[in-house]
Amino acid sequence: MSELELESWNRPPVVDMDGDLLEVAMGPHHPSTHGVFRMDVALDGEKIVKLKPVFGYLHRNHEKLGEGNSYLASMPYTDRLDYICSMTNNWAYAVAVEKLAGQEVPERAEYVRVIVGELTRVQNHALSVGFLIQDMGASGTPLMYAFKARENILDLFESLSGSRMMCNYFRFGGLRVDPTAEWLDRTRQVVAELPQFVDEFEQLLVSNEILMARTQGVGVLPKELARNAGATGPVLRASGINYDIRKVDHYGIYDRFSFKVPLGEHGDVYDRFMIRLLELRQSIEILEQALKDIPGGPVMDPKAKIRNFRPKAGEAYGRIEAPKGELGFYLISDGGPNPYRYRVRPPSFVNLTTLEDMCLGHNVADVVLILGSIDIVLGEVDR
Amino acid sequence: MLGEGILKGLAETARNFAGSFVSKERLTTVQYPEERAPAIEASRVFPFLVYDGPEWEAGLRCVACQICEKECPPKCIYIEKSKDKKPDYVGKLQIYPARFDIDVSVCMSCQICVEVCPFEAIKMDTEFELATDDRFGGLLHDRKSLAKSNEYYHTIHPTEAAEVDARLAEEKAKVEEKARAAAAAAAAKAAEAPKSEAPKTGEGTEAQ
Repeated sequence: MSELELESWNRPPVVDMDGDLLEVAMGPHHPSTHGVFRMDVALDGEKIVKLKPVFGYLHRNHEKLGEGNSYLASMPYTDRLDYICSMTNNWAYAVAVEKLAGQEVPERAEYVRVIVGELTRVQNHALSVGFLIQDMGASGTPLMYAFKARENILDLFESLSGSRMMCNYFRFGGLRVDPTAEWLDRTRQVVAELPQFVDEFEQLLVSNEILMARTQGVGVLPKELARNAGATGPVLRASGINYDIRKVDHYGIYDRFSFKVPLGEHGDVYDRFMIRLLELRQSIEILEQALKDIPGGPVMDPKAKIRNFRPKAGEAYGRIEAPKGELGFYLISDGGPNPYRYRVRPPSFVNLTTLEDMCLGHNVADVVLILGSIDIVLGEVDR
Repeated sequence: MLGEGILKGLAETARNFAGSFVSKERLTTVQYPEERAPAIEASRVFPFLVYDGPEWEAGLRCVACQICEKECPPKCIYIEKSKDKKPDYVGKLQIYPARFDIDVSVCMSCQICVEVCPFEAIKMDTEFELATDDRFGGLLHDRKSLAKSNEYYHTIHPTEAAEVDARLAEEKAKVEEKARAAAAAAAAKAAEAPKSEAPKTGEGTEAQ
């Protein structure tokens, strides 16, 4: 292959340059603070005519590493998929392996899983709406408000699991450490302060004129397209489809809590923004119920093995409703100490496929906003 | 009124600014090198090797079983077994690590080595100032720089260390009890039949 051919093979041009269209590469350096990601866009003036997402800059061989490592050794690597919400990544992987090995999880561990899982959802949604507003140009203040709420939750994670972001807290058949009564009290305090944060955030932003002008009717994802593209999570629900794996699958003990699934109508950026704020409130409700009902007992299945863990041959797909959508792990075991096949179904990656359809016809500045409203983390997209 | 919101906001800022001189609670930051945020007991940064007693080399709990080396996800541990043996905490002769290196630049602080260790020999440190200007030798910690006393372990993770000590003491008592019973049985047997063999002792711990 000649050098010219190789060049064009690496980066095929979005448009031939004989017309009035202008090709712009947005990124790969943080087009909207979500990671190393490039969008090749073709512009007619300010309007987007074509958009090609280019990712893979953060690829680090996660799935192949998972096949070479023991089951337990993949657990800390799952922290690094969606590095904003390591707890839910741990959870999805634990669910898949427990399904594979047929392990039971003690009652108390299920409650703690719900607590840390919903805390993760709260901090992820707080952060994603904060960044969305940052993308809109309100640099600093709203994002710092979100960070303030998130900081309390990260402190809780650190005193529980030893690490703020790379928690590595879940184990097959339970959890690594039992939360103390003092930790649960602190969590109750933090949860009690959360509604105030959401109120303040809503009061500041929801009816803000600039925010409404920038987001309403922008980046519409039609219902049919959302369903056909396999979008999940807040992106799908903002388009008006009632699909929440917590309600559909009843994994863990989610059928014991009463909570609603907020739905959007228009599927635009504003709906996706509002869905996250409403989900924050539902998560706080789940947290209150879980913290009230949490029973005593062990947090680890006594039959679970840390060393020499070899599930019997078979396959399993475990999935949960991560803050960004359906996070699934598909594992095939051949009876050995490491999985024969290890595959991740990341929500960000699948949600990202509809980016072009949402962006066509909008301005360059809106593209940044639409990307922010999908809420992607490149650690998960590229793996 | 026009500008009311701005005045409100500035008043809040001024209140926090002036208040930070009076009440400590309004200060959300600490002046790092001089001041430090309170240490969190559960926090983990980088592993260290625990030793008992005053002498680090003699007191290392590690028996070079290499389980952590095998289980370490990014494979940052390197162990070489010794040729000779030394007594461990119950007095049983065990091999020890002639070399035990951990690479800071590879370690991802996941704590898996701590969980898989059957001898309570490797624990997580809370020391985070590991930066160095030597990117090769300085980041590779050998067993001497990794060795830290059990007393130090007690100062950084008091609850966990107390549990570990209780567990080890229990194990030691069990082994001693077994040894005493075995010795008594052997003595009784020897009294009966002088030719019979003495039974083995020290089955409480096992090398890999």
